[in-house]
Amino acid sequence: MSETTKTAEVNSSGAVDARTSMVGKDPYDVPLVDYDVSQRELFRSNTMWGFFERLRKEDPVHYCKDSEFGPYWSVTKFDDISAIEGNPGVFSSNPSISIQDPLENFKVSMFIAMDEPTHGNQRRTVQGAVAPRNLANMEGLIRERVCTILDDLPVGETFDWVEKVSVELTTLMLATLFDFPMEEREKLTYWSDVATATPGPDSIIKTFDDRARILTQECAPAFMKLWQERANGEPKFDLISMMAQAEETKNMAAERPMEFIGNIMLLIVGGNDTTRNSISGSVLFLNENPAEYDKLLANPELVDTMVPEIIRYQTPLTHMRRTANEDFTFQGKDIKKGDKVVMWYVSGNRDGDAIENPDAFIIDRARPRHHVSFGFGIHRCMGNRLAEMQLRVLWEEILKRFKKIEVVGEPERSYSNFVKGYTKLPVRVHPI
Amino acid sequence: MPKITFIQHDGEEIAHEAENGLSVMNIAVDNLVSGIDADCGGECNCATCHVYVDEKWIEAVGQPHDAEEAIMSLNPDRKPTSRLCCQIKIKDELDGLVVHLPEFQF
Repeated sequence: MSETTKTAEVNSSGAVDARTSMVGKDPYDVPLVDYDVSQRELFRSNTMWGFFERLRKEDPVHYCKDSEFGPYWSVTKFDDISAIEGNPGVFSSNPSISIQDPLENFKVSMFIAMDEPTHGNQRRTVQGAVAPRNLANMEGLIRERVCTILDDLPVGETFDWVEKVSVELTTLMLATLFDFPMEEREKLTYWSDVATATPGPDSIIKTFDDRARILTQECAPAFMKLWQERANGEPKFDLISMMAQAEETKNMAAERPMEFIGNIMLLIVGGNDTTRNSISGSVLFLNENPAEYDKLLANPELVDTMVPEIIRYQTPLTHMRRTANEDFTFQGKDIKKGDKVVMWYVSGNRDGDAIENPDAFIIDRARPRHHVSFGFGIHRCMGNRLAEMQLRVLWEEILKRFKKIEVVGEPERSYSNFVKGYTKLPVRVHPI
Repeated sequence: MPKITFIQHDGEEIAHEAENGLSVMNIAVDNLVSGIDADCGGECNCATCHVYVDEKWIEAVGQPHDAEEAIMSLNPDRKPTSRLCCQIKIKDELDGLVVHLPEFQF
């Protein structure tokens, strides 16, 4: 790319926004003061690493004075991320947990973007659905579905792993968690994509208004119907029944519709993009690291430690964002009340002061769960063990069937500064 | 050396000798006691080392501090005897301590 490359994006008002792109540049040729690591193209081109590495070394708590999302702080070191997350009184999750502010005409609320006590009260309602105890009951069902997917893969053909495995498996899982009608399960993936897609001519949504319309007119009514059916039904362990029947949340659908939509979106997106992209990433990483693939084939028991390493190495959400409730001095930097503070998990997970040899994918690390992909503290991902279980079961079954899942072309990556993932991964499978 | 006994949710008991100054979590992890994952490494930040302190030991162990309480309170299975064992420091007074491992952490 040339030095004069500009990013051209349609922003929420539909206007084209032009800022100097860092894509294609040497991290040391861009002055730190001009750093803006929120540029989506950096993530699509997978060229953000050097910029984060320099920030960790030279300016680990960095202020970006201007971006598409306004000014913001970047927190890039593992321990600093943990410290910010451990101080939810100062660093609030309201109004948004991503760098993108809530849309003016579509202000949903969800418990991940709330503070105490509401966050805790609502989270407790659904946490049981993904608790390890409940997962044990679900594992058999997931394994059955994994087997069906793997047994149907076209041997001898090149196909897209993202579509045929990653999306299909996470969609089946979501439908199971919500007890959503199986035959309509593709809708869940579609709504999840609508909720996170960056609007544009090639995107599934052209404008942010499309997102609001699809989610309020298609997604919300479908869930409202299930909610009403289950509100007075048998107590069950699907997420909708749990929310529709619990004291803290049962009036949400009728009285607080934007909170209802918001929490449904949270649970769909939380269980969809993240695991989907870790599933795709796992195949890519093993192909990029053939010695690790050999280790795994020689010792299938390494799946247990490989799974958290996949989640660290992928870091399916690049960041979470907080907003300062008050003026606060952090690592010598004066953060002002109202400032956006972006905790870059994607950087913390490559911090050599916290993780040995962090740029290497090593399937038998000593402390593989020592990563920030799930966040820390009171907002830590509640589906963490479910995510690990899906990946574990998938790889246990892959190893029984295939000697290699071979990547045969370049992956295509998501155009997003929040969801770090893949839109295509061409593979061929080689049965044992 | 103080001795710590871990009782699994299915009743299995396992005892380990412990060094003063370490945490109960350290002892569990060092001895591969299943059900104590301690993802965050002892920062009171992940709540994966939840234990129920045996009734007889509540007073000696003491109550959770505010940050610990905040993160434990999110758990529907929290009990009055709950502690995050990374926050229990081993000392001579805790020789013989018994903690129960919750089923939900498996």
